[in-house]
Amino acid sequence: MSTLAEDRPPLPDTSGVVATARVRAGHNGRATTLPLLSSDGPFQLQKLRPRGDLARVDVIGAMSGPLGGDQLALHADVGPQARLEITAATSTIALRGPSDDAATYDIRLTIGDDAALHWLPQPLISTAGSNLRQTCAVDLAPTARLVLRDEQVLGRTGETCGHLTSHLTVLRAGRPLLDQHTSYGHPHPAWNGPAVVGSHRACGQLLVVDPSLTPAARPTVLLGNPDTPAHGVLVPLGGPALLATVVADTATRLRRLLDQALHRALTP
Amino acid sequence: MSRTALLVLADGRFPAGGHAHSGGVEAAVAAQAVRDPVTLDSFCRGRLHTAGLTAASLAAAATTGCDPLVLDEAADARTPAPALRATSRKLGRQMLRAARAAWPCPALDRLARDLPGGAHQPVVLGIAAHAAGLTALDAAHAAAFDSVTTPATAAVRLLGLDPFDATAVIARLCDDIDAVACQAADAAARVADEGVGVLPAASSPLLDITAEQHAAWPMRLFAS
Repeated sequence: MSTLAEDRPPLPDTSGVVATARVRAGHNGRATTLPLLSSDGPFQLQKLRPRGDLARVDVIGAMSGPLGGDQLALHADVGPQARLEITAATSTIALRGPSDDAATYDIRLTIGDDAALHWLPQPLISTAGSNLRQTCAVDLAPTARLVLRDEQVLGRTGETCGHLTSHLTVLRAGRPLLDQHTSYGHPHPAWNGPAVVGSHRACGQLLVVDPSLTPAARPTVLLGNPDTPAHGVLVPLGGPALLATVVADTATRLRRLLDQALHRALTP
Repeated sequence: MSRTALLVLADGRFPAGGHAHSGGVEAAVAAQAVRDPVTLDSFCRGRLHTAGLTAASLAAAATTGCDPLVLDEAADARTPAPALRATSRKLGRQMLRAARAAWPCPALDRLARDLPGGAHQPVVLGIAAHAAGLTALDAAHAAAFDSVTTPATAAVRLLGLDPFDATAVIARLCDDIDAVACQAADAAARVADEGVGVLPAASSPLLDITAEQHAAWPMRLFAS
C-alpha cells in the first residue's frame, strides 16, 4: 500500500509553530478582571466590551493553521466568582502544511468555585490532507458553571476530511463527568459508516454544566428530525450537566440545532 | 486457567440477556443505513472501534482489580446517552446474576452490594472473567466480540439477512477484534500507574443520538 509520503515529492523539513496563548480571569469583589491576556502564535486575544458582569475575550486567528507539525495551546483559567466568555472571530482551519506530521491543538480550561466560563469558538474545519489531534481538558470546581460548544466540519464543500481526532475530558471536583474521544478520516476504520458519523459532514456538541441543574428532572429532548440530514439529542449526563450531540450536512444546520439545544438547556 | 471458561462467557447462549438488544442496529436498519452485508460490516466495524474499544478497556481494567466503583464512574463519563447508561446497567444486572451462579466469589457479591442499581456491563464482565480464572485480555476479547456479534445477530432478525452472510461479517472482523482487545488490555495495564483517564473513551455521535431516538419509539423489536 502506498502512503501519502510516497506519493508526494519530498518536502523541506520545516518545524511547526509552537505557541501557547493564556487568559486568566479573576474577580476583584465588584467585577471580573483580566490580569493575564497573553497572545501567542496564531492566537491574538482581544478584550471585548463586557456584557453585564460577563467579561469577554475574542480569539482572532492571526495566521492560517494549525498546519502539520504545529503545536498550539490555549489555556484559560477562570478564578473564583469570575465570569468570562471566550468567542472566536473565525473558524479554525486544519491544513496539511509543509509536513505530514500531526498538528496538536490543546485547550485547557480551569474554572473555579462560583465562576462561569462560556467557551464558544467557531467551528474547526478539517481539510483534505490535514492531520490534527485536538484535546480539550476542562477542570471544574464543584460550584463552577460552564457552557462549551465544540463544532467540527469534516472537509470543506466537496472535499474529503483530513485526519482529525478530538478528545474532550471534563472533570468536576476531580471526578470524571464526560470523557469522549472521536476519530474521523483515514485511517480510522468505518468512521464514515452508519455506526459513527455516516455521511454527515458536520458534527458538534454543546455542554452545559450547572450545579443547580437536576438532570433526573430533565428528560431527553430530540433535536431536528431523524429523517433529515440534521438531527441530534439533548440529554442529561450522570452529573449536573446537559449535553447536546448533533450531526448535520452543513455547519449552518449544525449551529441552528446547537443554538436550539442551548435555548432548551437554559429554559427549565 | 480454563480456555473453555472464555467460550462459556463469550457464548451468545450465556444467559446475560444480550439477545434482547441490537447494539443500535435496529435504529440504523430503520434509517436504511444498514440494509445488506456490506453496510452491516461497516456498522459492526465502526461500533467495534468506538463503543467496543471503550467497553473492552473497562472490562480489562475490571479484571486487573481496579476499583469497580471508579470504573463504573468512568463508564458513566464515557456513556453520555442515558438510554445507553440504562441499557448497560440492566445488562450488568443480568450478567451479574448469571456470573454469580456460574463462578460464585466474594468480588461478585461485593459488586452486587455496592451497586444495587446495577453496575455497567463491561465492569461486571471483567470481574466475572477474573472469577472464572481468565485474564484481562480474555475479558477484552469477550467485550470486543460482543460489540460485533450483538448487532450482527440482531441484523439477521431485522433484515431477514442470510445468517451465513452475518457470520461472514463477524469472521472478517476477527483480526480487528483481536487488535481492539490487545489495545484495550494494554490500556488497562496502565491504569494502576496513570489512573482511569488512560482508558480509551472512543465514542460515536450516531450511536449516542440514535439510541435516544430509538428509546422514544412506541414499538420496537429490541430493547436497545
